Amino acid sequence: MTLWWIGNIVLLLVLLPVVVLLLKGVLDAARRTTASVEALRPVANAASDDLDAVELLHTTRDQVNQTVQVVADYGGSLDQILEDAPR
Amino acid sequence: MEAAAAVTLLAVVLVIAALVVYLVAVILELRKITAGLDAVIGSVGGVVEKSEPVNAIVEEINRDLAAGTELLEGLLVKKAGPDDAAGLVESVFPGAGAAMLERQGRTGEVENIDAVYTRGAVQLARLGRASPLGAGPETGAALRNAAYASAAAQAMYHDPAATRRAREGRSMPRSPKIGVGAPEVYPPDVEASEATSPSQPPTAQEGSDADAGTD
Repeated sequence: MTLWWIGNIVLLLVLLPVVVLLLKGVLDAARRTTASVEALRPVANAASDDLDAVELLHTTRDQVNQTVQVVADYGGSLDQILEDAPR
Repeated sequence: MEAAAAVTLLAVVLVIAALVVYLVAVILELRKITAGLDAVIGSVGGVVEKSEPVNAIVEEINRDLAAGTELLEGLLVKKAGPDDAAGLVESVFPGAGAAMLERQGRTGEVENIDAVYTRGAVQLARLGRASPLGAGPETGAALRNAAYASAAAQAMYHDPAATRRAREGRSMPRSPKIGVGAPEVYPPDVEASEATSPSQPPTAQEGSDADAGTD
């Protein structure tokens, strides 16, 4: 009977606080994770919105291609107009 | 029921109650996390989808620009010579002259051509030969840097023979000749060239007119 009471005391004063402490730690970590995820959501949305301008890269590529072609045409004309450097 | 048994039951009930309360709270938090991550993953998927063609497009743009750069550098080397070409690029974009030499597989110190001549004058004088500068009067703003004119001009050419020629008082064939004494002037006077030699220097009035035209 004495051992039973000792077991009860250990159960109430040691095991129960330890279980509560561990569970509280898990809950706090989950709550911190929730806050981080909530903070991450607008950032991800903003990053996605910032990339809307990527579509303009197609226009940039075409314009660069046209510009290089025009420069090549001018280069050909300059090659005809200007004399070469003396060798 | 004995008191000890009742206390044991109470303790077990308390432990189970604590487990239930905290685990339910954790489950609710995990559900929130799942919902939040679903939203974030949707946005991240949008980021991945939107950025997917970036590499190919940027590489294509770089390829076009590299081709244009190579074309212009080749033209500049052909027209101005390998030394002056790097010097001209260096005068406009400091540091780019050495990079140009590296792309051509050459080494050596790049002379900033702008340190010797007024910017643009040497380009016209060397590339055009018959540039408006050849028709201009010798008065007015200096086309050459008075402080470094002779020594710096010689230092621009890596050919040691040029230094020897200069030391011996002979002319440097590659140096641009500008001013009223230039071998050719712009615009060429067709009627005068028919009557006289095409390399005859212009009169003072012609030089003044041409100079005013360039302004």
